[in-house]
Amino acid sequence: MAIDTQPGHRLDKRPGGNRPPQMASRFLKENGALGALIAMVVLLAFMSGDFLTTQNLLNVGVQAAVTAILAFGVTFAIVSGGIDLSVGSVAAFSGIMLGWLGTQGVPIWLAFVLAIATGTACGLVNGLLISYGKLPPFIATLAMLSAARGLALVLSDGTPITLPESVSWIGETIGDWLPVPVIVMIVMCVITALVLIKTYSGRAMYAIGGNEEAAHLSGIRVRRQKLVIYALVGAFAAVAGIVLASRLASAQPQAADGYELDAIAAVVIGGASLAGGVGKASGTLVGALILAVLRNGLNLLDVSAFWQQVVIGAVIALAVLLDTLRRRA
Amino acid sequence: MSKRKSTSAVVLATAVVLTASACGTGSGSGDGKKKIKLGFAISALNQPFMVQMKDGAEAEAKRQGADLTVQDAQEDASTQANQVQNFTSKNVKALIINPVDSDAAGPSVKAANNANIPVIAADRGVNKADIETTVASDNVEGGKLAAKSLADQLGGKGEILVLRGQVGTSSSRERAKGFNEGIKKYPGIKIVAKQPADFLRAKGLDVTTNVMQSHPNIDGIFAENDEMALGAAKALGSKAGGDVKIVGFDGTPETLKAVKKGSISSTVAQQPDELGKMAVRNAIRIVEDSTVDPKIKVPVKVVTKKNVDRYS
Repeated sequence: MAIDTQPGHRLDKRPGGNRPPQMASRFLKENGALGALIAMVVLLAFMSGDFLTTQNLLNVGVQAAVTAILAFGVTFAIVSGGIDLSVGSVAAFSGIMLGWLGTQGVPIWLAFVLAIATGTACGLVNGLLISYGKLPPFIATLAMLSAARGLALVLSDGTPITLPESVSWIGETIGDWLPVPVIVMIVMCVITALVLIKTYSGRAMYAIGGNEEAAHLSGIRVRRQKLVIYALVGAFAAVAGIVLASRLASAQPQAADGYELDAIAAVVIGGASLAGGVGKASGTLVGALILAVLRNGLNLLDVSAFWQQVVIGAVIALAVLLDTLRRRA
Repeated sequence: MSKRKSTSAVVLATAVVLTASACGTGSGSGDGKKKIKLGFAISALNQPFMVQMKDGAEAEAKRQGADLTVQDAQEDASTQANQVQNFTSKNVKALIINPVDSDAAGPSVKAANNANIPVIAADRGVNKADIETTVASDNVEGGKLAAKSLADQLGGKGEILVLRGQVGTSSSRERAKGFNEGIKKYPGIKIVAKQPADFLRAKGLDVTTNVMQSHPNIDGIFAENDEMALGAAKALGSKAGGDVKIVGFDGTPETLKAVKKGSISSTVAQQPDELGKMAVRNAIRIVEDSTVDPKIKVPVKVVTKKNVDRYS
């Protein structure tokens, strides 16, 4: 698996040499989910006149941001053959930490740093439990899912914390139309891609996910790398939590409940394999956009509440199925 | 103002009638008898709603001279099961339970049934056990009041969006039922979209943003709870409460502030203290062998900018 993916990245970067139609078809082949996204956008544009407007597309971007940022983090875990179920809770805990520090008179920049540190610390604990405690990632992060949510409730005393305006600008727009959450999403996407492609840790993720034993034998310090991986997932969750709280101008202890499932769905729709070794930042972004476009479209078309859940399930299954079939072909 | 006065007059009158009837049946047992021992197992005292319910129950018990013991399960169903068991072995005359979980409370309530202790459910029901009565907010009436409040503020015409709660929950169902019945009286009002936002603020924000794209001329929003209403207000920004009227449900402190500020036009407030009082009042009636309705609805009230000061 690892060997399949790595050359793919290198091929992407090789300049010239291919004629455009070939490049396009290869691009689609490597990004099966992108085809599904384009199909959905075209379909929705026909079904609703309100879909393909600049404002609505920006809305979709904003609504995808939190899931996407969570999912970028989860990509690291999944590529390395693990999983992280705690990202929703860690996001809520980090958001509450930001709100709590903000109301305690801590300088805002420091509150941001400490909120991200909180998420990173949760991730480190996950990493320690997994690499040194030898817990399966599923169990370690399931424990954190509960513990971090509990800490969020303890710190907030169960009630939402209203954020000062010095924080909530992150959820607003610059000028009239440029939404900050979208900028944060794009920046995090670039960071994810750079980590995966350019860093030692990124290559270690593919290697560990492909074959942990082989990675170990080839000299990768697997345990230390796992600490890095889960700490990164935690840091990304914290950023997502900050964006979510800022959008509402309120840090909520029950925020992002269940978002870990959306994040995992986004990663898998984006072409990553739950078996590890495969996955890309761009794929995850497309996966998160598919979910956001879908929810937006269902609202625009005023689909009934009961059917929405059916449609969301069906589209997730179809998107992954399309991708699997394309790979096999 | 006058509406609130008349509502409180009705509540007062009901209370007087109920007290009179309670005293009437109670007088037979005489003053020499020992105080009635009641147990109240409450789900969690970490929310203002539950604390107010407890305060109401204690006030009513004091007024009627009953001996009420309150236990806090801290949102843990097994702690609550132990507490109910302890109440049963202490031989309380009646037990009020505000279940952590309607299903999980079943077995321990059944044990109380076997010990012939009457059980009253408060705020939430209990499944698979015998309950004398369930005392809860009147969500259907609340939905009707919300419809009337929204329609009045829109002058009886306009396009509205309904933000639905978690699909399948009883509170969402009942509030929707009341709202739909209430809004039928205003043929000028058209529900142009009805979308789920799961009782969550973040989803209320996203769904409202989306629907405003397909229906930019919306005049009003009914949210089945306050959290979604606050999300809708965030989505609408400066339009909230002005160009677009928003009506919520619950009367949480944050929403009352928003009502005062004007971004939320009105909310249907529940009365947790009244809920606690009604639970104790009916527990005593049952101990004194009166029959009670199997479902007791606690009235809800509409809070607007005019009367918000009396609630916050």
